[in-house]
Amino acid sequence: MRRGIDQPKNQHRRLQHRISYHGGGGGRIRAATSKGADYGGRVGYRGGFQKFCRREIDLTNASRPITDREGQDCHRQDIDYLPLTVAFDGLVVVVHPSNTWVKSLKVSELKKIWEPAAQHRIMRWNQIRPEWPAAEIHLFGAGTASGTYDYFTQAVVGQRHASRGDYTASEDDNVLVQGVSTDPLALGFFGFAYYEANQAALRLVPIDDEQPHNGAGPIVPTVETVKNNTYAPLSRPLLLYVSSVAARRPEVQAFIRFYLTQAPDLAREVGYIPLPATEYRRQQARFDEFVTQQR
Amino acid sequence: MKQRERLIEALLALSAGISVLTTGGIIVMLAVEAAHFFRQVPLGTFLTDTQWTPLFADKHFGILPLVSGTLLTTGVAIAVALPLGLIIAIYLNEYATVGFRNVIKPLLEVLAAVPTVVYGFFALTVVTPFLQRLIPGMAGFNALSAGSVMGIMILPLVSSLSEDALTAVPRSLREASYALGATRLQTAMRVVVPAASSGITVSVILAISRAVGETMIVAIAAGQEPRLTANPLVPVETITTYIVQVSSGDVAYGTLEYDTIFAAGITLFVLTLVLNNVGYWFRQKFREQYE
Repeated sequence: MRRGIDQPKNQHRRLQHRISYHGGGGGRIRAATSKGADYGGRVGYRGGFQKFCRREIDLTNASRPITDREGQDCHRQDIDYLPLTVAFDGLVVVVHPSNTWVKSLKVSELKKIWEPAAQHRIMRWNQIRPEWPAAEIHLFGAGTASGTYDYFTQAVVGQRHASRGDYTASEDDNVLVQGVSTDPLALGFFGFAYYEANQAALRLVPIDDEQPHNGAGPIVPTVETVKNNTYAPLSRPLLLYVSSVAARRPEVQAFIRFYLTQAPDLAREVGYIPLPATEYRRQQARFDEFVTQQR
Repeated sequence: MKQRERLIEALLALSAGISVLTTGGIIVMLAVEAAHFFRQVPLGTFLTDTQWTPLFADKHFGILPLVSGTLLTTGVAIAVALPLGLIIAIYLNEYATVGFRNVIKPLLEVLAAVPTVVYGFFALTVVTPFLQRLIPGMAGFNALSAGSVMGIMILPLVSSLSEDALTAVPRSLREASYALGATRLQTAMRVVVPAASSGITVSVILAISRAVGETMIVAIAAGQEPRLTANPLVPVETITTYIVQVSSGDVAYGTLEYDTIFAAGITLFVLTLVLNNVGYWFRQKFREQYE
């Protein structure tokens, strides 16, 4: 058992209350939250927000902001909510280590590969750049139920939930790592954390968003470039949503306080990028204010 | 006493009835749910469209890529299991001593007892890297590796049933063959195997229908991309893998996307039903009677 992890469990026992939360997204953010509260199951973020707005759960993790429609569901139930930023994540685009031709990709090229119009049309590497080989391209990416998919399609295609369908789509990032790392013709995308854990078997593709004002040329995702936002548009904040109903309860308040003090360590441990210390204090202040409003 | 007898008979009938009822229940459930699907997607499109992307922006509902994935992995499995199984059956029946046969047969049947999830990881982590050394450029998920391991899985089915068929060939046929001066191999290949051919065919058909419905091995090792191809070196998706993928994700109940798994399920059901009936028909029609 790691130090600091027993603490909320004891608290939770002493208070004789249960905090229920929703992990979402293939065990990614979950690892940072799953200490000390009941874990509500593993489905995509959409499922998480639905449960959240039906008052089934108190907290939900998300890697994208709540949508207007989901927000309306909450307001209809008379639930207000507060998103807390708890860490950063970057999406990485990777190829097989033996791939010699891809040195970098422009966001416009990623769009050309992944947009719905590419389906059954962009099938070979030389359709992206003529100098690349005429070999088949094998695509691997997040499944449609994951927040990673929502985020990637929004950032690359420009419309959430719009992509081609003829690729290996899985909510299990291990399947994607396995697929890209064993297929010389593969191109895939998934969360930064999974790249870090499998660096030797994958090669990162630097991304150029063709907007010189936030870093010119292709940019490699690193802790630095994710934090300073030059690795755009594929880095994102990770969020924890707290409902107004839950925020009134002392055990939830204690849990959030604990969460924000542990977040830097836990984020690093599971391969995410922590916020600066001042930012965690600011998130705590926002939460305290939210609690005051609920009285 | 009579009453007890009747009670026992009723219990026996009930046990038999349960299996029939279960089958009936499954058919009804599949048909009802698939009807929802076919109300929105015409059967013609379902059978002829060459793309399967029900969960994505540009929706296509062509079952062909899934059927081709299923047939491709099954084809590889049979290509492995039929020759191996038949050779084993001939060897055990015509050549091996009784003592050796009594040792080898139970060992062979152990293959059928290995959990399929274990076979799946065996394919992914042992067979695929090995094949990749022989065939450079082969993808990590592919029909060849999954199919070969599935072939090993159904091997006992083919060899046991074929062996039973070979055993059933009367001794007089073999003796006649030897009397005419045929060697052991000639007797086995030209007399015993042809005489047992209907039984062997049935064993293969049952093995095919087992392979068509196999889920875990292909879900783990064959990939998850519906692709209409006959190339065994690239990722494909089978009907069973698709059903697993959708039912373990969070597609909302009652939507068209959700109903696709019943359409896929009924396709699988029809496929295995046809195969089993072909097997039954074959046995009736071509059974050689030696009295």
